[in-house]
Amino acid sequence: MKPSAFAYARPRALEEAFALLEAHGENAKLLAGGQSLLASLNMRLATPEILVDIGAIPGLDGIAVKGKTLVIGARTTHRTIERSEAVARHAPLLAQAAPHIAHIAIRNAGTLGGSLAMADPAAEWPACCVALQATIVVASKKGERRIAATEFFKDLYTTALGPGELITAVEIPCAETDERHSFLELVRRRGDYAIVGLAARARVKASALSGVQLVFLGVGVTPVRAKAAIAALEGKTADADAVRAAQAALDRDLAPGPDLYTSADAKRHMARVLVARAAAALVG
Amino acid sequence: MDERIETTIALTVNGTGVTRRIEPRMHLIDFLREELGLTGSHVACEHGVCGACTVRVDGEIRRGCLTLAVQADGKTVDTVEGLSDSGELAVLQQAFHERNALQCGYCTPGMLLTAQALIRERPDATRDEIREYLSGNLCRCTGYQAIIDAIETVLRTPRTEGVG
Repeated sequence: MKPSAFAYARPRALEEAFALLEAHGENAKLLAGGQSLLASLNMRLATPEILVDIGAIPGLDGIAVKGKTLVIGARTTHRTIERSEAVARHAPLLAQAAPHIAHIAIRNAGTLGGSLAMADPAAEWPACCVALQATIVVASKKGERRIAATEFFKDLYTTALGPGELITAVEIPCAETDERHSFLELVRRRGDYAIVGLAARARVKASALSGVQLVFLGVGVTPVRAKAAIAALEGKTADADAVRAAQAALDRDLAPGPDLYTSADAKRHMARVLVARAAAALVG
Repeated sequence: MDERIETTIALTVNGTGVTRRIEPRMHLIDFLREELGLTGSHVACEHGVCGACTVRVDGEIRRGCLTLAVQADGKTVDTVEGLSDSGELAVLQQAFHERNALQCGYCTPGMLLTAQALIRERPDATRDEIREYLSGNLCRCTGYQAIIDAIETVLRTPRTEGVG
C-alpha cells in the first residue's frame, strides 16, 4: 500500500502555508506528524495533489503557562505532552490520557493539533479538550480566531475549521486546586482504539462534586458530553444513589452504534461501568 | 499532475550522510530498504499497526511506514544495521538468542528497536510495563512470552557495556 503521487511543500512561515492552502484549496492536505494522514494516504483513502508539511514553521510547538492558562502548541507531540511536568500539574487529564494514545512510536510523531483536526470520534484529545473547556486557536490569512472546543467538533471527521485555516495552539484553563480528573478507556488491547472512553472532571469540596464534566469517546460521531449524567452527579457526593442515577441517565445521553465487535447494548453497559469508575476516581 | 515529482533530501543514516532525489510519496522505510539497501527493517502492514518497520529518527523510535522520507530531511536516522554495528543492541540480541525470542524473525528488528528504547527510558520496567511498551509491535510466532523474558533478562542483569 503506497500513496498515490503528490507534490510536497515545506513552508518556513505561516504566511507561506496560507498561500499554499489558498492556491490549492481542497487539493492540499496539511501534514504535521502524519500518524493518521499517512495511513489514509497509504490506503489511498486520501489522494491530495499536494502535502503542505508544517514541520518547519516556527512557533507551533511547545508548552507554556500564561497566567492561568496552559498553552500547548498544535505541533506538540503526544509524547511531549505525556512527559510534560507543566501538563501533569495544570492539566492532569491530558497526562492521564496520553498513554492511551496508540503506541510509543506513534506518540513520538503524532501531534495534538493533528488529532484535533482529524477529529476521529475514538480519539483521546478531542474528548479531553471538550471536558477541559479548552479553546482551539486557529489561524488563516484573515488572522486568528478562537473556537471553544465544545463548538469545534461538528460531525464525523468534521470540525469548525474553515478553508485555509490551521490550528496553531490549544488553550486550557489551568486546573484549580480542588479539581479532580479521571481518564478511562475500555479496549481489547493496549493502544487499540477505545471501544468506549471517558474524560471526566469535577471540583470536589467536602466530597461533593461541582462543575462536573463527563465526555465520552467512541460512542458517537463526535465527543459526546453526557448532559443528563452530569446533572445527576452535580452537587452530589458520588454515593451509590447518585452513581446509579448517573448511570441511568446515560440512556438519555448516549445512542452508540455497534461496531464490528461490540453491540450498542454492550457499549451502553461499558459506558455505565466507566461512569461508576470515574465517579469513584474523582472522589477517591 | 506530474507523476515524477521529485525532491532532494539530505540526512544522516547510521552515522553516514546521504543525499538522494526521491518522490515525496516515498515512505522512510522504503527509502531505507530500496534506495539505501538497508533491508534489516521490515515492511508488513504499511499502515502503522504492526511495528515491523520501527526505526529511530533523531533518537526516538518511529513507524517507518507512517513517516515520509522527506520528513527525515536534515534528521538523523538509525536502523537495526547501524545499532548492531555499533554494538548498542548486542546485549539485547544475545538475550533474544538465548531466550529463543524469535522464530521467523520478521518482527525482530522492530522488537529490538522498541525494546532498546524501553531499556533506555524505563530501566526499572515491570513485566506488565514491558508488555505495554511493546504493545505496538506484533509477533505472530512467539506468543510474546520469550520476548518479554529476553527483555526482562537484560533489564535485571547488571551491565557495564553494550546497553546505551
